[in-house]
Formats: sequence, C-alpha cells, structure tokens
Amino acid sequence: MFGRVSAMFVKELLQLQRDRITFATMIAIPLIQLLLFGFAINTEPRNLPTAVLMQEDSDLGRSILSGLRNTAYFDVRRVAHSEAEVDHMLKSGDVLFVVEIPAGFARAVRRGETPALLVIADASDPVATGSALGALETAVTMALLRDRGLPAVVEGTKLFEVLQHRRYNPEGSTQLNIVPGLLGTILTMTMLIFTALSVTREIERGTMESLLSMPIRPVEIMLGKIAPYVVVGFLQALLILVAGVFIFDVPVIGNIWLLALLTTLFITVNLSIGYTFSTLAGNQLQAIQMTFMFFLPNILLSGFMFPFAGMPRWAQWIGEALPVTHYLRIVRGILLKGATLSDLGIEALALFGLMLVAMTIAVTRFRQTLD
Amino acid sequence: MNGDVVIDVQGLTKSFDGRVVVRDLSMQVKRGQIYGFLGPNGSGKTTTIRMLCGLLTPDSGHGTCLGYDIITQSVLIKRRVGYMTQRFSLWQDLSIRENLEFVARVYGLDKAKERVRTAIERLGLKGREEQLAGNLSGGWKQRLALGACTLPEPELLLLDEPTAGVDPKARREFWTEIHHLAADGLTVLVSTHYMDEAERCHEIAYIAYGRLLAQGTVDEVVAAAHLTTWTVSGEDLNELSEQLEKLPGIDMVAPFGTSLHVSGRDAEKLNRAIEPFRKDKRWRWKPDEATLEDVFIDLMSHAEDNF
Repeated sequence: MFGRVSAMFVKELLQLQRDRITFATMIAIPLIQLLLFGFAINTEPRNLPTAVLMQEDSDLGRSILSGLRNTAYFDVRRVAHSEAEVDHMLKSGDVLFVVEIPAGFARAVRRGETPALLVIADASDPVATGSALGALETAVTMALLRDRGLPAVVEGTKLFEVLQHRRYNPEGSTQLNIVPGLLGTILTMTMLIFTALSVTREIERGTMESLLSMPIRPVEIMLGKIAPYVVVGFLQALLILVAGVFIFDVPVIGNIWLLALLTTLFITVNLSIGYTFSTLAGNQLQAIQMTFMFFLPNILLSGFMFPFAGMPRWAQWIGEALPVTHYLRIVRGILLKGATLSDLGIEALALFGLMLVAMTIAVTRFRQTLD
Repeated sequence: MNGDVVIDVQGLTKSFDGRVVVRDLSMQVKRGQIYGFLGPNGSGKTTTIRMLCGLLTPDSGHGTCLGYDIITQSVLIKRRVGYMTQRFSLWQDLSIRENLEFVARVYGLDKAKERVRTAIERLGLKGREEQLAGNLSGGWKQRLALGACTLPEPELLLLDEPTAGVDPKARREFWTEIHHLAADGLTVLVSTHYMDEAERCHEIAYIAYGRLLAQGTVDEVVAAAHLTTWTVSGEDLNELSEQLEKLPGIDMVAPFGTSLHVSGRDAEKLNRAIEPFRKDKRWRWKPDEATLEDVFIDLMSHAEDNF
C-alpha cells in the first residue's frame, strides 16, 4: 500500500512542478497577502473624513477647526457653510463626520451657557465612527482651553455639550451595515466564479479549437458568455435584497430602480473581471486561484469588514481599484441614505471604467490562434 | 490568382519552443480535388492544416487559401472553410440539434432551423437529434462533426484524421460521402494514416518530420520513388528478413502476411544482393510492383536519416 501511495505522491509533485503559476502562487501569495493586509487593516480608524459646518465666523470656531485638524482621528477635508452642502457630502460618502458650530456658539461659551456643538456621524458604518465620537469632545475642549485661555473647567461643568446625531442608522445596528455589504461580496464571489471558468473550460475540453475555426470575434464570444449570467446575478441580488429587507429590516430609502441599474452594472463588472481571469489562466485551477486571490482584498480592503477610512492611503488606492468598494458606497448610499445618482455619480463612473478596463484586457488577451 | 487553385502556399515554416514542426512547406491543391495528406505521427500534418485555416500563424512563408491571404485574411477564410478537428471538438453537453443550430447561427446562415433539419436527415441522425453529442459512439460523433463542418456550405473542407478510431463500414460510408461532396465541387484536404484511404484520393502529399517528401497522384508518387520490389514466400521468413536487412542495396524489408516485401532503390544492387538467396529452395521469389506503403516506409526511413 505504501508503494502505491508514494507513487501517487511523486506523480502529484511532478504535475505540480509543471504548473509554474500554481507553484508560484503557493509561495508568493500568502506572503504578499500577509504583508498587505497586516499593514492595511486597522480596526480603530484614524483620519476619518470630516467636514465642519460653520454657522458663524468666530475665533472659537477657528480654534475648534484647528483643534480637530491636530487630532489623528479627524481629517478635516471641507468647511461647509450650508446644510445642503453637508447633506450631499454625507450621502455621497465624501465625509463620515460633520461638526456643526451653530450661530452664537462663541458668545454662549463665553457666557458659560454650555451651548450644544452638533455632531452628525454617518452611522451606516458604526465601527468606523464609534470610537471617534468619544475622542471628539476631548479634542475640542483641549483646543478651546489652550487657544483662548478660557476659564478652567470647574469640576462637573462643561464649556459646551456635544449633541450627537447618528444619521442613517440611529440605533447603530451592525446589520444595516453588514447586509448591504454582503450583497456586494456575495455577488462578487459568485459572478467571478461563473465566468472565470468559461474560457479555460472550452480550452480544456478541446472545444476552443472548434470555436476558433468559426467566424466569431473575441468580443462576440465574451459578450455572449457574460450575458446569461447578468440575468442570473440580477436574480441573486434580488433574492439577497428581499431577504435583507424582510429578515434583517434593512430600509430601502432611495430609488430602487437606480439600485437595480447600478447593481446590473456591478454584476457586469465582476463578470468581465472573471472573464479576464479566464483568458489569462492556463487551466481551470489557475482561474480559480486568481479568483480567490482577487476576492480576498475585495473583502478586506473594500470597507466591508474594516472601515475604509482607517486604512493607510496606499491601501485605500488599492481599495479604489476594486469594484466592490464603489458598490458598497452605492448600496449603503441608496438603501440607508437615500442617495441619488448625483450623489453617486463618481462611484458609477468608477464601476463603468473598471468594466471597460477588464473587457479591454480580456479581448486583447483572448488568444485567437492556438500559437 | 488562378481560379482553379484553392490552396497555394509557399515556404511555410512553424516551430514550437525552438523545435521545427513544419519546414519550408509548399503545396498546391486544385478545386474539386480530394487531396490526401499523409505522414507519420508528429510529422506536422495538423500544424499545416491549422496554418491553412488561420488557427496558427506561420513563422515564415506565405500563401493563399481560397484566394485569401492565410496570414492577414484568416477571418474571411474561416467563413468559407469547414475544419474538422482530429479530436471531437463539438460540445458534448449539447444535443446533436443544439450543436448544429449553434454552428448555423455563428455562421449567420439564413433559415437555420430548416438547414439543421435537412442536415440531420442527410446524416441519418433523424430520431436521435435530441441525444447529447457526448453520448454518441465514435462513428456517429465523426458523422456529426462532418455534418457540422459542411453545414455552412464551405468551399474547402480540411479534415484532420477524420477516420481515426472508426470502424471499416463507417469509414467506407464516410469516404463515399467525401466523394459525393467533391463531385459537387467541394475541395477536400484530408489527413490520414490509412493506405487504402490514400488510394481513394485524387492526389496525395507525403510529409515527414515537417518536410514535404512526395506529391502527386498515387501512381506518380509510386513511380517517382523508383523502388524495385520482390515478394518472397516460403519458410523461415524471419531468419531471411534478418539476413537481408543488413545487406547493401536492400533498403526495406517488410513482412506482409505470409510473405515478405523486399525493396531497393537501385535495381541492380538489389538483384545482386538477393542473388544467393534466390538459389535457396526454401523461398520462392517473385518480382512485384512497389505499393504505396512500401514507398512511404522507404521515404520515412530516409527522412529520419536526414536528421
């Protein structure tokens, strides 16, 4: 029995050694991923994109602004002057925080009236905003004391009060964040697998030779192979969404048709990427490996499992290249925030761009001959 | 372009990973001909056929197929050529009808369903059209594959060992069909290992180790080889065969059933070599015509010498 097992063992080793790409992925990929994700993931996010809404122009206001700028938690990107501006920034996901300095704030602080400082947090991702909310009050108090020489705070009293407003998810329910995220990741996984095998399968079964000898162009083969799965993916999305609404009470605030349209786009992007892998891979095993290699950052760097804002800049750039990152903003935007196409235009364009890139690579990489 | 020449290529060369598979190959095939393409395994037959229909790009050389350039106009060639692959390459998980309908639609044929129905009847597949192609026996698969590549009414058929692994009856029917198609004006290039099939061709070409070694009608090829052949019958043929093989002037000794074929390119030398054996009472010597097989085996042994 040992002889037969070792015969099999040697044969498998020989075959493995022939398949260079598989061999390389086994060595290089775990290392790359360990380094990539080890440095990128941070569950206590810093540098959260923040806007300050200035309802008055006062010295205290400016102190607060610089105080926020000095903390690691907040990255003050915008100074807004109207509610409408702030709404758009939150809906499109440009900022996660808005600190509003109300009119008459400076005067009220000096009189010791403990006025309210309004903080609007995008709670559609509760993890991202939770810890930062706590840091806000300290940061602002420190800034005011240091800069303005205001009277020292008497024990038990405050200069101001922080009025929190958790927008889009007032109860901080993680499911409202996770379920739309799952829609994106589940679709990514299934769509990639559908098409990742489509070309390699034709090659392995020998039917590619027939196909290549027929008068059909690569782009026609690609579109014909992707199209049926767009319908399959759409039904899958519908199923997840219906389950999310009825089982997990996920709200649908925005336009459902816009969601349907952008979901179709997202499905097509993933199918195109899967198809691209299929044209690059030499066999079905390689195609599957590429799919998994691609899938992991889709979960870890897209803002699905860990807050996007908490990642270092380079990791965010990788995240921006992943379709699911943009789709998560779209789904959360439409379902939880009621975002419109004007809020999500950039995300939609990004998806469209990724689709074109994937399709172009696929068509140019498609081997039209058996050379 | 000469309207009667369907395939006209010069100097085709193709190598894979530094190994030359086809070397400086030139050939011409006339319209309406059945052109046999013969040669041992790995001699470059499949590679040549693939270059003709645009599936492979030659490293050097040029030529036309149906008047279109094989390098720059392969799209136009594909529309007018039916290519039957060596290994069955239709979709095993589609039915006969579904396979044929797919082909009809990719080629953009009008009245696709009707054409497919006629094709199924002509192929004698009526009643089994819903059967999956993967469940068909070798002979039926071959018939389906031929049906699929003739469906778009091509002007040229490229058949790569179409009868490998097919029983004699199916083989004969297949060749009858090929002759019908050729009679209708279709040109057929067919590669094969079988000598009886080679003799059914109007013209043949013999290729070994990437080189075209002989070309013409069967009679021309046999005559060009200048082989003198004797047939020996009697006892202890194995012993005789071993002794003869070593002698100068004898280029080939091959057993044929209960007799032996002994051939040489130089008749005088051959006769001198066999003279002592002719006196032996155990064997009966008879002058014979060289067969196509004698010629091919002889050609092949020489081609090897060149390497």
